[in-house]
Amino acid sequence: MSPVLKRPKEKFTLPAKYLLFILTLLCIGIMFLSFKTPVINSPINTVAGTVLVPFQNGISNIGSWLSEKSSQLAELADVLDENQKLKEEIDRLTIENTKFQQERYELSQLRELLELDEEYSEYQKQGARIIMRDTGNWFSTFVINKGSNDGIKINCNVIAGSGLVGRVTDVGPNYAKVTSIIEDNNNTSGLLLSTGDHLVVTGDLSTISDGMISFSKLVDSSGKAAAGDKIVTSNISEYYLPGLLIGYINEINTDSNNLTKSGTLTTAVDFEHLNNVLVIMELKQVVNK
Amino acid sequence: MLKLIVSTFFILLSFLLQGTLFRALSLSGIVPNLMIIVTASYGFMRGRRSGLLTGFISGLLIDIFFGDLLGYYALIYMYIGYINGVFRKSFFPEDIKLPLFLIMGSDFVFNIICYILSFLLRGRLNFVHYFFHIIIPELVYTIVITCILYPILLRIEGKLEWKEKEGA
Repeated sequence: MSPVLKRPKEKFTLPAKYLLFILTLLCIGIMFLSFKTPVINSPINTVAGTVLVPFQNGISNIGSWLSEKSSQLAELADVLDENQKLKEEIDRLTIENTKFQQERYELSQLRELLELDEEYSEYQKQGARIIMRDTGNWFSTFVINKGSNDGIKINCNVIAGSGLVGRVTDVGPNYAKVTSIIEDNNNTSGLLLSTGDHLVVTGDLSTISDGMISFSKLVDSSGKAAAGDKIVTSNISEYYLPGLLIGYINEINTDSNNLTKSGTLTTAVDFEHLNNVLVIMELKQVVNK
Repeated sequence: MLKLIVSTFFILLSFLLQGTLFRALSLSGIVPNLMIIVTASYGFMRGRRSGLLTGFISGLLIDIFFGDLLGYYALIYMYIGYINGVFRKSFFPEDIKLPLFLIMGSDFVFNIICYILSFLLRGRLNFVHYFFHIIIPELVYTIVITCILYPILLRIEGKLEWKEKEGA
């Protein structure tokens, strides 16, 4: 034994100041890299997806179960009241329904004549479940449980029910990131079905709590656009397949330039209670420059 | 080493809960910011180094799954963790006022930065609306969750420190 007491060796640690400086540079570096090329994303996505997605799947199951239970309790009183009203409505609707059935029969015959297949049923679709939503309150991106292993590619269109939800903006092996049309920094090229005029649909955080987003740049030369009109994705949209339903006009105003109109629209999809979505496997055809 | 495992566990747990369970339990669409609580707490409990690393990892997770740019949230969270680390000298485990104040401040500053960088710069000038509909509700909800989460973090941290001293 040496007479000199051995002092425990001081472990070398980088001072916090320098570490902060290095990581700041790293952050700025990868920001530039990921802005320019997607090359850095795919290995990171693979690692993150393999580690975290199984947990996300599990916890989101618990989460949806809990919210279901709590809303069930809250709704019980309303439901009893509603039940009475609904019964009356059923009678009314049954009569209406028979009328519609007749009309539907007529419609299908006419469609056959025009060789017009139903627009949506042409596309090959795949169901997916939302497993995680944005951690912040500013945007509404979400993650679904299907990824490149299931054939999902970047820019695949995502719908729910009959309405447009958004598109895939990033994809890992077992998950995909979906950017929704209600996001505040998202613009979608739309088409007013009644007049055939183009417009721009913009997400809006300040009105989405009422289920509305805004639209602008509608050149309504015939002056026929009115509240309740359908807005679908336009055929000149960069990412979206034509004819997917976005929503219905809620309010329409003439802009101060007297040329274009803008206003708000109610989305066809209830984004607050969205759990399952459909991913259209077909991509919009793009012209390679 | 044990400290590292514990903090990694809490970062992952808060990230997963924030996007799944708390989304389901959100109040009028607002979720509390658990990751700010964890980042700030490890900042003032363990110092600048831990604070900035915790922030960096938390932010990077958000970037990977939800961000447009890789490294954007990592940068913001990292600075928040670092600044909280500066307050380690005035932190005492018995005192609840400073942690509450720091977490509140961190969440507030984070949301102001988010507003400025991703909303104000795009011409969304209606600050008052975002202030009362996003920033303040999130702040209140975060404080409520802090009252539950922070004591757990503090108690585990105390146990770890005690164990470390015993080992030395």
